[in-house]
Amino acid sequence: MKPRVAFFDFSSCEGCQLQIANLEEEILDLIEIVDVVSFREVMKEHSDEYDIAIIEGSIMRPMDEKRLRKIRRNAKILVALGACATIGGINKIRNQWSAEEVKKEVYGDADIKDNEFFDAFQTKALNEVVPVDYYIHGCPINRDEFKQVITALALGKKPEIPNYPVCVECKKNENVCLFELGKFCLGPITRAGCNAICPTNGSPCDGCRGILKKPQIECVMDILEKYDLTYEEMKSRCTLYNTSSFNPKDGMTFVRRKSNE
Amino acid sequence: MNNNVDINLEHVTRVEGHGNIVLNVRKSKIEKLQWQVSEAPRFFEAMLRGRDYSELRTITSRICGICSIGHSLTSLKATEDALDIKISEQTAMLRRLALNAENMQSHILHIGYLAAPDLFGVGSVFPLVGSKNQDALLKIVKLHRLSNEMSDLVCGRTTHPIRLIVGGFSAIPTVKQLSNLRQRLKDDLKTTKEVANVLNSVVGNFPDFERETEYIGLSSNEEYAFYDGVIASTDTGRHANNKDYKSLMDEYVVPHSTAKHAKHKRDSYMVGALARFNLNSKQLHPIAKEVAKLFKLKAINYNPFMNNIAQLVEFVHNIEDSMLLIDRLINEGVKEEKPVVFKLKAGRGIGVAEVPRGILVHDYTLDEKGKCVKANCVIPTNQNHANIQKDMEEMVPQIIDKPRKEIELNLEMLVRAYDPCISCSTHYLDVKFV
Repeated sequence: MKPRVAFFDFSSCEGCQLQIANLEEEILDLIEIVDVVSFREVMKEHSDEYDIAIIEGSIMRPMDEKRLRKIRRNAKILVALGACATIGGINKIRNQWSAEEVKKEVYGDADIKDNEFFDAFQTKALNEVVPVDYYIHGCPINRDEFKQVITALALGKKPEIPNYPVCVECKKNENVCLFELGKFCLGPITRAGCNAICPTNGSPCDGCRGILKKPQIECVMDILEKYDLTYEEMKSRCTLYNTSSFNPKDGMTFVRRKSNE
Repeated sequence: MNNNVDINLEHVTRVEGHGNIVLNVRKSKIEKLQWQVSEAPRFFEAMLRGRDYSELRTITSRICGICSIGHSLTSLKATEDALDIKISEQTAMLRRLALNAENMQSHILHIGYLAAPDLFGVGSVFPLVGSKNQDALLKIVKLHRLSNEMSDLVCGRTTHPIRLIVGGFSAIPTVKQLSNLRQRLKDDLKTTKEVANVLNSVVGNFPDFERETEYIGLSSNEEYAFYDGVIASTDTGRHANNKDYKSLMDEYVVPHSTAKHAKHKRDSYMVGALARFNLNSKQLHPIAKEVAKLFKLKAINYNPFMNNIAQLVEFVHNIEDSMLLIDRLINEGVKEEKPVVFKLKAGRGIGVAEVPRGILVHDYTLDEKGKCVKANCVIPTNQNHANIQKDMEEMVPQIIDKPRKEIELNLEMLVRAYDPCISCSTHYLDVKFV
């Protein structure tokens, strides 16, 4: 029997689910290997009977948390789709302020108590609410990587995601290093898998795929030194996608290599 | 008339984002009828505080996956207005090409994948595979691919464009790539006409409904306005100054919706393809005019379901317009240009453009270091929510004797006709409760 797949979305732009529509004719191949039983964005039918739940978006409210827990109970495998789901992404920019502060900024003194639609807390990635089995990173996700993950899951295999930096793919594309061109790029610390699409199009990596498990901090330090760049800029850039999940108040946790090593 | 009807449709399907339809009829009287938006508010306004001018397009692009190019371009227009940056003619042409590509992508996605299943009597496009309509589906997929690959070529990526930056482009397509694209556009004009004929054979399945309302969009002497123009209304004509947008777009908050509503002279107004058609149909390119004629679409049309058809007409217009733009680009020679050099300064900038679902405004205030201190965005879908509600109020008494399922489907189809982009509409940049 084909595995039954359901798609769900929380706070996001829905651009990652759109990448599935953007598979174009290959959608037909996708429905050869899995049964899509729920996908609100493109189909009316819905079923709570599914094996794999693929979820886009961040968690912002108690009502969303409740819905996510229900999905987790129903699903054998839960996959986080895209930066909002995997690391919080753009939605976490606001976490440098408290939920109360942000609400006051946006709603002013209006009475929004007891209105569950408006009851927002600080942004959470999915794994801050329920266990997540697999991650498809990116803002938006890479369609080829999505196909690889879904094919592996349909075959009962464990999907592999890269744990090397964007620089590896960037070099393969024979790009001139953006640091050479005077730009600040998060490629050295960011997980690859996007085929270095931003640097290849002349724009620095913003770190949307999250930080590597063990980034080569020494290399980053060398780069900062070589190009006379500051921690401050690096820190600021990491806050765009919550790339390193660090707390800006604590500063960077990077440790310098000792000179005699 | 039905004595009692209860519809509580949570999370309407085949639309972008989360919205609910609630209808309670008791003893033949409508007690409650609401178009609710339950999407989580996203606090973009708070998030933009203190961000660098160069990041504003990156962040606001994430308001919406489907119209990320439109948000990026409108964001750049606002930023460049604040910094007094004048872009080159080539940049303007490439940006117009990008906007055409996105409009095509968004419209064909909506017509083909979201709206058409209702016309074919199915729940999604998946059952069309292997049916007698498979050929039409594959043609729609082909047009969707064309639109996306055109965005990839101009913007580096179709969702969340990469190459669109302050003052210009970080990379541009080659002449060869552009002339290949032109050939494909020409070939697929034929495919589009074939899709139009198929849709024309089922267009009678849209409910027969009209309600007079106001239509607002950009208008221009030069062209069918998308990238540039002045704000205009079918009720009050062209308005002199886009900076005065708030006088036309009066936004307010209702408790059953995390997206704002808007009104101008009447209780509500409509934006999007049908609004643009109603304002500017005389300026459509010739084949687009032919397609409008095929569907007997004439300005002013008050049937919201015809928004689907206006989208198809615009799809054809965008193809014709892109071919002309590519001809100009190739004739004038595509040059490697560096982004415009400028000095940072404090100021306020306003960007206005037509994006797939209607008129979009970004309004930023920057400090002397180029950091954002205040932002406001008026999103197309917000401007349509009140009009959807008013349409429902007029439509329900007309269909109340139909079976419950049919009432439900008609209301869903009405919401879909507007092609709402709900994630967009709950961006929450500047909210005041009234």
